[in-house]
Amino acid sequence: MKKSGLPADTLKQLYATMFTIRHFEDRIALLYPEQEMKCPVHLCTGQEAIAAGVCIHLKKEDYIFGTHRSHGHCIAKGMDLRSLAAELYGKSAGCSRGRGGSMHLADPDHGIPGTSAIVGGCIPLAVGAGLSSVMKGDGRVSAVFFGDGAVDEGTFHESMNFASLKKLPVVFVCENNYYATNSPQCARQPDVPIAERARSYGIPGKRADGNDVLSVYAAAKEAVGRARSAGGPTLLEFETYRWKAHVGPNSDIENGCRPADAHQRWLKKCPLEMFQRYLREHSSVTEEDLELIESRVEREIDEAVEFGKKSPYPDASELTEYVY
Amino acid sequence: MPWTNIQADDSRSPVRFGSEEQPVRELSYREAIREALSQALEMDERVFLMGEGIDDPGGVFGTTVGLMEKFGEKRVMDCPVAENGMTGVAIGAAICGMRPVFIHMRADFLPMCMDQIINHAAKWSYMTGGKVKVPLTIRAVIGRGWGSAAQHSQSLQALFAHIPGLKVVMPASPYDAKGLLLGSIAADGPTVVIEHRWLYDQKEGVPEKPYVIHAGKGAVRREGTDVTIVATSYMVYEALRAASELQLKGISAEVIDLRSVQPVDEGLIIESVKKTGRLIAADTGWKVCGVSAEVAALAAEKAYDCLKAPVKRVCLPAAPAPASAVLERAYYPGFEDIVRAAEEMR
Ligand SMILES: Cc1ncc(C[n+]2csc(CCOP(=O)(O)OP(=O)(O)O)c2C)c(N)n1
Ligand SMILES: [Mg+2]
Repeated sequence: MKKSGLPADTLKQLYATMFTIRHFEDRIALLYPEQEMKCPVHLCTGQEAIAAGVCIHLKKEDYIFGTHRSHGHCIAKGMDLRSLAAELYGKSAGCSRGRGGSMHLADPDHGIPGTSAIVGGCIPLAVGAGLSSVMKGDGRVSAVFFGDGAVDEGTFHESMNFASLKKLPVVFVCENNYYATNSPQCARQPDVPIAERARSYGIPGKRADGNDVLSVYAAAKEAVGRARSAGGPTLLEFETYRWKAHVGPNSDIENGCRPADAHQRWLKKCPLEMFQRYLREHSSVTEEDLELIESRVEREIDEAVEFGKKSPYPDASELTEYVY
Repeated sequence: MPWTNIQADDSRSPVRFGSEEQPVRELSYREAIREALSQALEMDERVFLMGEGIDDPGGVFGTTVGLMEKFGEKRVMDCPVAENGMTGVAIGAAICGMRPVFIHMRADFLPMCMDQIINHAAKWSYMTGGKVKVPLTIRAVIGRGWGSAAQHSQSLQALFAHIPGLKVVMPASPYDAKGLLLGSIAADGPTVVIEHRWLYDQKEGVPEKPYVIHAGKGAVRREGTDVTIVATSYMVYEALRAASELQLKGISAEVIDLRSVQPVDEGLIIESVKKTGRLIAADTGWKVCGVSAEVAALAAEKAYDCLKAPVKRVCLPAAPAPASAVLERAYYPGFEDIVRAAEEMR
């Protein structure tokens, strides 16, 4: 990782976010077999650096939109871990009052209007959010996270086209983990880097290492800055890898869904370990600083899980509330 | 909020407020829609219009003429031909505080946006536990005749009415066109407003002041005692004509304009069927799993004891719309079919 010259506070913030995401997801994986979280979970273990490196540039009132795999995005944008955990347990105190589950997380007070489990579904919504910012002149930036699979969808192209046409303050963040469920990118798309698709829409596109949080940080800084200064949208492509199966807490390597050698290679590129090494070698952040962060986060996760487990379920009589 | 001071017409009778005031000016259906849009844009800066060619000289059958000139291209926005993506854009703007009206020249283009309408607009409130609302209005027009054929004449209201989270209204009169459109723009959830091309020249008294009609209220267009005809959109006029014919034959028909197909005004229909004991459902769409099926089911479920004859339905046959004028004539049911149905129920 290249030297960044970022202040220690920023580095610590990035680390805290990545650590929170990793350990929250790990905790879910651990607890999932209890079958108390009765919803599918798409864990983002291995992809933490992208959420952290993008969201650090966003203000509380800026918008993010996400996918079926958005625990990390929401954590990075400031969602309370307790309301996230409660949602996974289907509880009233969940961020979506138990109506959404893992795939539909929302927290408008933290600029999270929601996430869609329809691949590519949220991309145009983020563009509409950007349009609303321009119409209202409120200066909010809208970022949307999506996978390489969403690039197969028409909404991706329709959204890039319109965002470029109207120069909207949108940051398109593609987390390219090279798979859509078990289909590799090469079976679905011609061999053109996703970032290069931007050119045909007349907007900047940039590919960066999605496991290197400082690369993500730098690319996102430029893109968010462009959006904020009325410079229009940017497409960012971050190369990364998901450690777990597409859905659920287990690995998908043993059952042959993805090759073992690539898996091993990517494990060596662990975003957290890479960043820890960087912090040790190139920053004033101390081991003690990291331990403090880690113990605080573990405590928060403990509390969140306990809160999620103990808080009450919605009443069956509320079934048809919130339809309109 | 600009909408809280606006009078709502919750009556279901053919007598409208406004008619007691000075004689109200007459407006055509198209003018009523244009006035509603213009007033919404004026009253509420969150409102904007979008759609392919809405700033054309023709202005979507005249319903948007002059609005771009008056409000500017940012609020009356021509769009790329990308219905699904642009519906997502409208939803995104709506959940971030705007009140978009997405206008389609033909309802046939809505299948392009089924993902965004069904999976996103209709679900967002529920999926977020009511925290994020989608105040989106979609206007779409049913084309009919002159060889419009299979892809430019569909009545797809049943597709949308099936989906919880969507409201679907079908104004048949200028008065309703204005009130239902304003009502849907004022509403916090998504509404699909389905218009009919053959209605744009209809005229009636329409109050100048803005007013809203909420989805879910039908209206009795003509009172009667022997048979209830529940009709949608253009079929309301066929039903009224049928009622006149039936009167000559000694049958007194009550005509209910459904106005809202989701939610349906159950109370109004049941009350009427309890009085007449006979029900005909006349819809601009297909029969199978259509709005007429819903109306018939309502009678079977909630007014069974009162029925003196099996329910009849007057709808489109199970075929796409043809182009040839001869086939077209055979395809679309009219007042004669309603008259025949009523006579068979004697
Ligand atoms: C429109 C649509 N088609 C198919 C699916 C089934 N599906 C769920 S996730 C997924 C793969 C998505 O891949 P990608 O966008 O790369 O995200 P990732 O899971 O890799 O994070 C698919 C195909 C879906 N949810 N939505
Ligand atoms: Mg992927």
